[in-house]
Formats: sequence, C-alpha cells, structure tokens
Amino acid sequence: MNGLLGPMMVIVWKDLLLELRSKDLVVSIVVFGLLVVVVFNFALNNTPGRSEELAPGILWAAFAFSAILAMNRAFVRDQEQGGLEGLLISPVSRDAIFLGKALTSLIFMLLVEAVLLPVYAVMLDFSALSWYLMLTIFLGTLGFAVVGTLFSAMAVQTRSREIMLPVLFFPVLLPVIIASVEASTRAIGGETFIGLGRWLPLIGVFDAIFLVICPWVFSFVVEE
Amino acid sequence: MFHFAVALCVPLCGTPMTTQPTEAVLVRSLEKSFGEWPVLWNLDLSVPWGQALVLFGANGAGKTTLLRILATHVKADHGSVAVAGQNLRSRPENARRRIGVVGHRSLLYDDLTCRENLIYYSRLFGLKDHKPRVDEVLAKVRLGDRADHRVRTLSNGMQKRASIARAILHQPDVLLLDEPETGLDRESVSILGTLLAEWTDSGRSVVMTTHDLDLGMSWGHRAGVLRGGKVNFPDAEFAETGNPANEPDIRQAIISALEAGR
Repeated sequence: MNGLLGPMMVIVWKDLLLELRSKDLVVSIVVFGLLVVVVFNFALNNTPGRSEELAPGILWAAFAFSAILAMNRAFVRDQEQGGLEGLLISPVSRDAIFLGKALTSLIFMLLVEAVLLPVYAVMLDFSALSWYLMLTIFLGTLGFAVVGTLFSAMAVQTRSREIMLPVLFFPVLLPVIIASVEASTRAIGGETFIGLGRWLPLIGVFDAIFLVICPWVFSFVVEE
Repeated sequence: MFHFAVALCVPLCGTPMTTQPTEAVLVRSLEKSFGEWPVLWNLDLSVPWGQALVLFGANGAGKTTLLRILATHVKADHGSVAVAGQNLRSRPENARRRIGVVGHRSLLYDDLTCRENLIYYSRLFGLKDHKPRVDEVLAKVRLGDRADHRVRTLSNGMQKRASIARAILHQPDVLLLDEPETGLDRESVSILGTLLAEWTDSGRSVVMTTHDLDLGMSWGHRAGVLRGGKVNFPDAEFAETGNPANEPDIRQAIISALEAGR
C-alpha cells in the first residue's frame, strides 16, 4: 500500500505546488463555473418557485463543464514539459501514477466546488446544508475525476485534445450525471438517505467499477 | 584524451539470456518497427560493467529508439533486453531504479526550482535522506548557486545540466545519454566528461549517442555504429591491440561506416 500511496502523494504534492505557482487552473475554472450558472439561470428563466426543480440540473451542468476544463489540463503540463516521460521512466507503478493524477483532479474539483456551491446556493435559492448533497457531490466528482483522468491521458496524445475529451467523457459519464442530478434533487428537497433511493448507490457502484478499470486501461494508454 | 580500452565484440548468438548482472546491458535479437518501417532489426548488444559505449549513427538510424527501449519508455516488438540484470519485459520497475536517462528533453517542470524538481524525483525514486544528495548532485553539475531558481529562468545549457543532475540523482548503475553534449558550452562538456569518467571508474556503465566524433572517441571505451537496424563495431578489428596508436584507424572505420549510409 505504501508503494502506491507514497508515489501518489508525491505526484499530488508536485501538481499542487505547480498550481500554487501559476493559479491558472483553479481561478479559470471558478470563473467559468460562475459564468455557466449565470447563463443557465437566465436561459431557463429561473424563478423562485422553480428553483428546487432547476437547481440540481444547473448545478451538475456547471460541475460537468468545469470538470471538462480541469481534465483538459490534467496532463498538459506533464506532456509539454516531459514530466509524464519522467514519471514513466521512474520506478513508480502505472497504477500509482494514475491514482495520483486522479486524486489531484479530485482535489482541484472539490476545491472549485467548495467555492462555487455557496454561490450557486444563493443564486439558485436552495439550501446547500445537506450531508446527502455533499456526499452526492463527492461521489459524482470522484466519478468525474477517475474517468476524466483516463480520457485526459488519451486525449493529450491527440492533436485535437480539447474536442476529443468531451466527446469521450460525456457519454461514459452520463449515468453519473443523471444519478447525481436525481440524488441532488432529493437531497435539496430534504430527503434522507432512504429517500435518495438507488441513485447514491448507483454512483458509488459506478465509481468502484471505474476505479478498478481505469488504472488498468491507463497502463496501456501510456505505453509506447 | 583517447582512451579506448581493449574491448571485444562479444558474439551473443547462442548465448543464454541471463538475469544475472554479468553485463550492464544485454540485448538479444531486438526488433522494433514503427508501422511498416523497421527501425531496429535483430540487434544484439552487450555493454560490460565499467565501460562507456558510444553509439554513432545517421539521423533516423534508431539511436534514440534504442535508448528509449533501454530506458523502458518504449516496448520492443521482439527480443530480450536486460539492464543491470533486470529483464525489461518482466521487471521494468526494478530496472528503472537502476537506470538514469538524459534525453533531448530535460523532464523538469519549468515552474519548479531545480531543487524542487530534484526533490520530486528523489521522492519518486524512494531516496531516503534526499536533501544532501540533491545538494551534492547540484554541486556536481555546478548549479549549486542556481538551486532555487525556477527551471524556466535557466539557459538551455543549464537546463541540460539540471537534467544530468536528475539522471544521476539515484546513483543508477547504467546511464543512458542521448546526445548529451547538445546545447552545452565547453565548460559544461568538460563537467560531463569528468562525470562520465567517474561513473565508469566506479564500475558503472554508460550508453550514449552522439554525432560528435571527437567527444565520442574521448568519452567512450567502445564505439558502435547503428546502421541497418543493427549495431556494428568498426573498432573490433583494432581493439585487440588496445593501442592508442590505432585511433586514426578506428576513427576512419567509424567515418566509413557512417558514410555507408543508413
């Protein structure tokens, strides 16, 4: 476990340090996330009576688009500056590299969501103070991070990576997005865990499956 | 400067592939193609401990591909490759611990300082008590005073030196250098030459490629020419004597082999 956890933390430390230096990723995603909510708010004519109905959809549309932005950058720095090659010739397992990058993406997205959620709650007029909503957001974001990291590693090797990533990402993540919207609707409506029905376990199962599959596929993706 | 040692071209055909580190690098029947285009073909190679093998070759001859295979970054289509006794197919992670690579790219992050980059790599390689080691290698490549400067602020030559520091950080048994002199000034070339001499004197091995015949002749114990997907040893017929007086013959043999084309 230490052989996996140690290198993962080194990769996370390096990525956080790089982001701390440039701040370009987190800041741009936060701004983008705010713009998405403003656009949806007006486009869907959100009125006080419709907030509970519309808020979960707008929330997850903004999170999904923000995730695409974050994922597009996940491997760019490593690819451009040779860091990925440096990782691949180090004695770190491909699993640790994948999980380290996925953990970094998860941390970035959760940070962004922590900033955006209170703003969304005010703008869309719903209560974000629900543990079940938090759990839904965490599990949904975990799914984004795991699948997104794999597709980001694939897309970064193509010339049209900005187009390639959403084309790969959204079809696979559709079950997570649907389940997250449904679970969030119930959580915002004040339902308890039982009330969330099958949606939360569905996201959990999806995450578990892809946490097994994605590191395995990653080792083939980065192999030349 | 010329110090080619007595070195025999060891015939590998028929010898069993061993995982014991009897040779620093042992390659047998290596093949690699990109699409329909064969780059390396039935290539055999051995590098004894304590020796530096210099590979010459025309552009596109497969020098970088061979080094990338030895560095475990590219997989061979066919054949056996062992570095420091570690079979690259079955135990690549063990092999990576014992290999240091200097390629065309520095593999350093522009927005991290030299020291941060080296700390990052030393953690990846699981080095304990890495701080003195980082200072030591930075001093070795004479970047001690630039240790806390971001890599993007360094000149190309300094970045190359930082890349050399990265490659030797974990004290690998085998150093793989792809045209390491590129971008280096005279002083840096001298530092690298001293470092390589120390490396082989301590019983470790080096495989490097270069287009610079003079440097290659002065740094290497053996010279090979990569041509037609194979490594040929033009120095083999002169090596038995081990006589520095043979340098002009060896030099001419290398030039002839290079001029014969890919």
